[in-house]
Amino acid sequence: MGTMTYIEAIGRGMWEEMDRDSSVFLLGEDIGAYGGAFKATKGFLERFGPGRVIDTTLSEAAILGAAVGAALVGMRPIVEMQFADFVTCGFNQLVTNAAKAHYRWHLPVPMVVRLPSGGYIHGGPYHSASPEGWFFHVPGLKIVAPSTAEDARGLMKAAIRDNNPVLYLESKYLYRRVKGEVSGSEVLVEIGTGTVRRAGGDIALITYGSTVQPSLEAADRLAREEGIETKVVDLRTLKPLDTGLILDAARGAGKVLIVHEANLTGGLGGEIAALIADRAFAHLDAPVKRLAGLDTPVPFAPPLEEFVLPNQEKIFKALQELSRY
Amino acid sequence: MRKPPIIRPAPGQLTSKDKLDLYYFLRLARECDNAILRLYKQGKIVGGAYTGNGNEATAVGSAYALEAHDYLLPMHRDLGAHLVKGQTLRNIFLQQLGRAESLTRGRDGTGHYADPALRIYGNVSHLAAMIPVAVGIALAATMRNEQAVVMNYIGDGGSNVGDFHEGLNMAAVMKLPFVLLIENNQYAYSTPVVRQTAAVKYSDRALGYGMPGLTIDGTDVMAVYDACKEAVDRARRGGGPTLIESVTMRMQGHSASDDASYVPKEMLDAWKKKDPILLFERELVRQQILNDEGRRALEDNVRRKIEEAVREAESSPYPDGPEAAEGVYAP
Repeated sequence: MGTMTYIEAIGRGMWEEMDRDSSVFLLGEDIGAYGGAFKATKGFLERFGPGRVIDTTLSEAAILGAAVGAALVGMRPIVEMQFADFVTCGFNQLVTNAAKAHYRWHLPVPMVVRLPSGGYIHGGPYHSASPEGWFFHVPGLKIVAPSTAEDARGLMKAAIRDNNPVLYLESKYLYRRVKGEVSGSEVLVEIGTGTVRRAGGDIALITYGSTVQPSLEAADRLAREEGIETKVVDLRTLKPLDTGLILDAARGAGKVLIVHEANLTGGLGGEIAALIADRAFAHLDAPVKRLAGLDTPVPFAPPLEEFVLPNQEKIFKALQELSRY
Repeated sequence: MRKPPIIRPAPGQLTSKDKLDLYYFLRLARECDNAILRLYKQGKIVGGAYTGNGNEATAVGSAYALEAHDYLLPMHRDLGAHLVKGQTLRNIFLQQLGRAESLTRGRDGTGHYADPALRIYGNVSHLAAMIPVAVGIALAATMRNEQAVVMNYIGDGGSNVGDFHEGLNMAAVMKLPFVLLIENNQYAYSTPVVRQTAAVKYSDRALGYGMPGLTIDGTDVMAVYDACKEAVDRARRGGGPTLIESVTMRMQGHSASDDASYVPKEMLDAWKKKDPILLFERELVRQQILNDEGRRALEDNVRRKIEEAVREAESSPYPDGPEAAEGVYAP
């Protein structure tokens, strides 16, 4: 299919599924004629018409609630939150209605919520959210977070076909910075599966989303400078976690660094560390370490934001420190 | 798509048979509530017990305006609406008792179930949260040209939650086939309506959304039917949503554990004279549609049906504990 950017691959996944299945439709603010705040749905209105590309009122709760309603009666809505931050306005619809409907009613709720996530774009405290921690605790939701163009498309297609509410975390920082080969039409990425991006036997680095690329760069640098080989695991799905892959990596290396952009406390790193402590303890040669965003709002000015969020340099130092333990 | 059948009569055109049907459902709803309270006092109800005493005309009259292919999203005072839409007494009591064969398999109680075959989608405890969901169902029905209408209910309390505003506004902008019925029963738990809104009428809000709004006497089942039928017809024609405020009185506590001592006795006494069932019974007798014999036969029928359903539900097993771990996700 050729090379495309991460955001083009997101659009590609939606486009193909809308072509394939007439029950798939789009719901969101400014997604039609304008093509979305980030232009992910540019051209969709022309191709699929206003009946399936629906510009809504500025109402996150109503958008998400309406998606739940449509999904309950057999449609497959894809909702765009303009920024992941604004999903808080519709939080109740996700945790109260979307997440519990199948458990209570035995009815599928096939909906995708696109969440343009994360910082590194100087968006400040209200345009930089990494929302996974808010929803990770909620039974009934699935969460995916692609880091490559190929996975962006594959996970989008899988999310649309899934019969559960899937939160699709797309890193705004990666939108046009990541480009890659995207394969043919029926390649999906199975939800719940991570992948190994770099082989290595000394340290296991477990990450996802925006911090995959800087993790790979830091691992290469550590190999180059110190000859220490780091295995880099890209989780791709955050809920459910690929526990087998995490445990294999931890047991194989004996040293584990977990990296995520979202802030530390109550983040996924804690759960992953607990999993490893519980089930791979005997294989560990060092405490499980976490590198994450600071426990602050994401600030606006570039030096402040840089101080708060993980980057290649910080990951390199954390790897170096762990290697010397 | 073939035009789905419309069987409900035009406003003002209820036949004698329709009126007897309405009377049957009013009595059935009241007696069901009484049976639920009895079970509660016997310690057999799982969790709380919520009745619709005083609200029967609103619940029954409104749901009677719906066709089989229309969607009903009722709340916890609307047992009558469930029954009119076709729900069985057995399923009602299985839900109350949390049994394995209930529509939620014991995962949730009371009217918190969905029955897609009857197009009933029950409430969650955050009542207003169902308004956007109902709007989404109306959107899906429109996309599929089902010619179906969605009727949803909220209270004088729930009307003040943000979802109310967002849902109604979206429904109006999209001109969806949606009817929202505000059951103004004077109290949201212990809070009187004057502490919920400074407006004279809840239906005045309709103006702000650009949709028709009206306030009706919620104790008059025929008036409720006529108003709802008109709104349902308009919605089906593509005329968009309607907001209806139905004024009633909650004659019992919020739940069975609430003695409602905060409600002035004079207020209850005044509303007792407007009991929706007594009012309608008097009217049916006046119209010579109902006589003593007919009423007794109906009462026997209602009692027998409820006893049978309660017996069946009580003899039905609870779900097994470990089943709780299953079904969080759809396959």
